[in-house]
Amino acid sequence: MEAASDAPEAWFALDREKGRLTLGGAWITAHSARLDQALRDEDWTGRGTLAIDASKLERLDSAGAWLLLRTQRALEAAGRAVPPLEVPQAYAPLLKAVEGTRPGEPYVSRIPPGFRGRLYRIGRATVHAGHQGWSILGYLGRVTVEAGEALVRPARNLRIPAIFHQIEETGINALPIVGLLAFLIGVVLAYQGADQLKRFGAEIFTINLLGVGVLREIGGLITAIIVAGRSGSAFTAHIGTMRVNEEIDAMQTMGLNTVETLVLPRIIGLVIVLPLLTFYSDVMGLIGGAFMCYFQLGITIHVFLRQLQDAVTLNTLLVGLVKAPVFAFVIALVGCYEGFQVERNAASVGLLTTRAVVEGIFLVIVLDAAFSVMFSVLGV
Amino acid sequence: MAVERGEDDVVIRIRGLVTGFGRKVIHDHLDLDVRRGEVLGVVGGSGSGKSVLLRAIIGLIAPREGTIEVLGQMLGKAIGAVEDSRMRRLEMRWGVLFQEGALFSSQTVAQNIQVPLREYTDMSQALMDEIAAVKLSLVGLPPDAAHKYPSELSGGMKKRAALARALALDPELLFLDEPTSGLDPISADGFDALIKQLQQSLGLTVFMVTHDIDSLRAVADRVAALVNRTIVTGTIEEMRENPDPWIQEYFSGTRGRAALAGMEA
Repeated sequence: MEAASDAPEAWFALDREKGRLTLGGAWITAHSARLDQALRDEDWTGRGTLAIDASKLERLDSAGAWLLLRTQRALEAAGRAVPPLEVPQAYAPLLKAVEGTRPGEPYVSRIPPGFRGRLYRIGRATVHAGHQGWSILGYLGRVTVEAGEALVRPARNLRIPAIFHQIEETGINALPIVGLLAFLIGVVLAYQGADQLKRFGAEIFTINLLGVGVLREIGGLITAIIVAGRSGSAFTAHIGTMRVNEEIDAMQTMGLNTVETLVLPRIIGLVIVLPLLTFYSDVMGLIGGAFMCYFQLGITIHVFLRQLQDAVTLNTLLVGLVKAPVFAFVIALVGCYEGFQVERNAASVGLLTTRAVVEGIFLVIVLDAAFSVMFSVLGV
Repeated sequence: MAVERGEDDVVIRIRGLVTGFGRKVIHDHLDLDVRRGEVLGVVGGSGSGKSVLLRAIIGLIAPREGTIEVLGQMLGKAIGAVEDSRMRRLEMRWGVLFQEGALFSSQTVAQNIQVPLREYTDMSQALMDEIAAVKLSLVGLPPDAAHKYPSELSGGMKKRAALARALALDPELLFLDEPTSGLDPISADGFDALIKQLQQSLGLTVFMVTHDIDSLRAVADRVAALVNRTIVTGTIEEMRENPDPWIQEYFSGTRGRAALAGMEA
């Protein structure tokens, strides 16, 4: 296709008296938008034969040939007799090639419009979510069985180097971001707490708020959320890309167990790492709080530590830490599971990575709520 | 080499092309002419730079030295210097069929075909749908393929759909990278016939990189063989006379003889 400027204009003229449609110029893609409109606007009704004279065509490509053919068909459909086209010999093969075109039915969505469509979507999403839950449950079962086998025969089935690699990736490399965010959360918590408690002259209890809040809840939660965003997504993207490249298929045909080689190292690595990261995050949160208490309230480190000792017990810390392995297991499981769901197209990896993060964070918060209820029933 | 024809007949003119990666030189002062309306088949051993040559011509790789002129436009060494609008106008005049099809996986076949139409023309949606149907019919796909996604198509259908997209703007020049690789012999024969038929009915110039000696015989008017970092061109008969050991091996080895046996008759 040449630029429209160097090609002659496309034109057509309808002589109703003589029953003759003459056309010429360059009937090419660049002119077809305008031609299409003009041809659609033309009134083709009438009686008797209408000859199409295309002998003055200077250029024709497949878009132009289609418009010509479509016009001819429209005329025939309107009940007019159309003698064979008069076209320059050079374009006969092109017209012949286009002749077979039968535009298909326009695409009709299976989803009905309006309210019923909305119901349809809700129903479909519900069924899909049910399948998804069932499928993850099945996956959980498989991983549990494989993990049991691996623990029985660790020498053969446990990939120690892979686990250490995962610990480095998900733990050590996450230290800066987890530390910084936990520190800032500590600062914010202390600042807001102090602001409120000052009104009652009870600033010193900021430390209680901080200690209990960070150790029991915030430290673990913020760490789990960061790890879900950082490592859960990485698991899905990595395994998903391996699926796209047929690497997973290759592993299976070589008799490698993908759960054992890909999933277990990630789950075990994360289960080891997340409690450690949570402890680190607790410490950083308290340091952030202590920092704020010193500058905002003038509470020295000594006073801070003494008050903290009164406020929290070892149990407070343990209640926070005991949740971490469970969070880790869920994040790693969902991340790996979604990776295996990836289909062989470009959009799929992105879609499932997003889903892994959202589901990971969702499950972490749901589990945290469940833990809270459980602890309160147990009276911890 | 065959007789030179008039200046205007040369669609791609390459002079003194040098390409390479790192210290490895792939093409060393290579000259090549592709004439209007011909099908040039480019062959060569693995790693001889067939695909690199194609990518250099369509501007995906910058050559180290030499000039490439496509449809009267210089690309040459300073690929960045070709202004965007000129490059875009050139890109509208050629179509490329990549080896794996390179269809956009998140779009239906019809939407794939309409990508260049939407980008470069102001056609109405109705006309674009019709044009997509025309292209599908040209490449021999059924009308209902329009609403399928690439993942729902077989390998041969994917290639045809990708060819339909390459033909979306009615290019003058068509680049094919291994058009029959990954197809079974029957589909490959069908695809060769399709290329030949489209080339004749649409008046295309075709630059075809291939391994497949059957394709060469079926489609190519002239052959260019990449040997020793440069290129030898001629008809298949001329090639068989060429003393170069690789060319001899290619055209007179068992597979070559079997494929060309039909031509003797």
